[in-house]
Amino acid sequence: METTYWQRLTKDINKHKGLMALAFPGLLFVLVFYYLPIFGLVLAFKNYNYSDGILGSPWSGFDNFKFFFTSDAAYQVTRNTILLNLCFIVLSTILSVVFAILMFELGRKSVKVYQTAMFFPYFLSWVVVSYVTYALLNPEMGVINMLLESFGMDEINFYFEPKYWPFILSFAYLWKSIGYALLIYYTGLMGIDRTYYEAAAIDGATRLQQVRKITLPLLTPLITLLTLLAIGKIFYSDFGLFYFIPANSGALYGTTEVIDTYVFRALRVSGDIGMASAVGLYQSLVGFVLVLTVNAIVRRINKDNAIF
Amino acid sequence: MHRKLDYPKMLIHLFFIAVTLGMLIPFVLVIMISMTDEASIAKYGYRLWPDSFDFTAYRYVVQSPALLFRAYGVTILVTVVGTLLSLLTTAMIAYVLSRRDYAYNRQTTFLIFFTLLFSGGLVPYYMLMAQTLHLKDTVWAMILLPTLVHPLHVLILRTFLRTLPMEIIESAKMDGAREYRIFFNLIVPLSAPALVTLTLLVSIVYWNEWLNAVLFIENDRLFPLQLLLVRMMANSHFLQTSTVFISGISFDNAASFPVLSARMTIALLAGGPMMVIFPFFQKYFVKGLTLGSIKS
Repeated sequence: METTYWQRLTKDINKHKGLMALAFPGLLFVLVFYYLPIFGLVLAFKNYNYSDGILGSPWSGFDNFKFFFTSDAAYQVTRNTILLNLCFIVLSTILSVVFAILMFELGRKSVKVYQTAMFFPYFLSWVVVSYVTYALLNPEMGVINMLLESFGMDEINFYFEPKYWPFILSFAYLWKSIGYALLIYYTGLMGIDRTYYEAAAIDGATRLQQVRKITLPLLTPLITLLTLLAIGKIFYSDFGLFYFIPANSGALYGTTEVIDTYVFRALRVSGDIGMASAVGLYQSLVGFVLVLTVNAIVRRINKDNAIF
Repeated sequence: MHRKLDYPKMLIHLFFIAVTLGMLIPFVLVIMISMTDEASIAKYGYRLWPDSFDFTAYRYVVQSPALLFRAYGVTILVTVVGTLLSLLTTAMIAYVLSRRDYAYNRQTTFLIFFTLLFSGGLVPYYMLMAQTLHLKDTVWAMILLPTLVHPLHVLILRTFLRTLPMEIIESAKMDGAREYRIFFNLIVPLSAPALVTLTLLVSIVYWNEWLNAVLFIENDRLFPLQLLLVRMMANSHFLQTSTVFISGISFDNAASFPVLSARMTIALLAGGPMMVIFPFFQKYFVKGLTLGSIKS
């Protein structure tokens, strides 16, 4: 038995050594930069100090988790992450589907102009976008406060008022990403067979009826798939958005702090490596369960659309 | 015959013109601020149409271009090297996975795609880069992003490569070609359309990268554009206190430095090229979407 196994192995290696060499750099990279960090998660169960290193630092059991889950932060960052992302998913889906359907009524040339303009912000980093939001929201010089003032209203110190931020963040998110989402749905619409519409038009269906009876039903699988995929990633946030747009203002953490920014600050500001990895592990585990659940759901609806 | 005016269509046009303008106005605002006189900003705030145009901020930046040039240099270096490395390693492993006759296809595929489901997260990655590999304050800290071999990019490329006919590989093998020659001389030219799309996706990630720069770069000689912008935003006096920048302008000018408009000027000069270059590549983006949607 054993000899045949080894014989087969050496035969495989001999036959495929060229391919193995080609796969090697990529595989090595994945092992070092994706798999080694997974083992690094032992840090979540340690009381890390620099002199003892990762392996030498003393074990602390579940202390890091206890510290996080008994603080107010656990509820706050989990709530913010889920609610804000949910808000983004709903708004972005509705808007991009409506935009795509409206655009479908127009000629190719004008669609291209609109799409290019709306796709523009997608290519900027959140750092650059934060300059734009700063110019709009700044308390003394910002455009919005200048407008409020000219209407005789009190100015708003946005960077100290947490209640406005779910709206501001949603707005910034939509501004940057709607062009991309719209493009996906528009591409989906282009794939619909034109003869459905021709037949409907002959039967006297209005444009609105056509949208309701043809476009929306045919677009539903794509909407479902993209929404489920987005829900699978709901525990992860677009870090730059939450880190740069609120300009690091501590007064806003109540509505802007998400798991990713919390981990970042625990690592870089308070330097609590053990607790930061504990929160990271919490995020990874819940994220893992969510992706598996969502995939199982997608699989039940349509096997071809499942990720794995 | 007269064409009837199509009112619903006109309404839709009007709607999209409004949306488009709304999305572009913020850019115009930044451009206008960069060209506004400092005293005017102090008095009236940021405005979409300044009452007097003024290019002092640009004069300062032109007078002392070292800071911006250096940041551009770092960003371009990181983007070019990172994108090339990423394309090469991604294409090689995607090609191997596209070969259904490869003995360890299943195991390798699982190893790559499992990373989409579970990851170590920020802290272990930080420790790996900073403590284990000692990459702090090196350009490698900005090049070795997880994106370099991204499982989704491997998936997109593998799907594309599977559409190529297997016979050409078989016949090349008959002629005695080695695997690496088949890859470089045959597969790479044939997959050019997919590689162009991937180049675009990856280079944007490198150009806009700021997280690794924030985490690992302290030395201001290694600041990429994005980190320059991060520091300028966090500290409004960053430019006046930067030795690289201030050494270029004469001392008596330093007092009248336009703090308010210069930030927007640099933001514009740093973010601007992306805005000019990108419309040329939009069609490849659409291609990338369709590439990704073909599932094997």
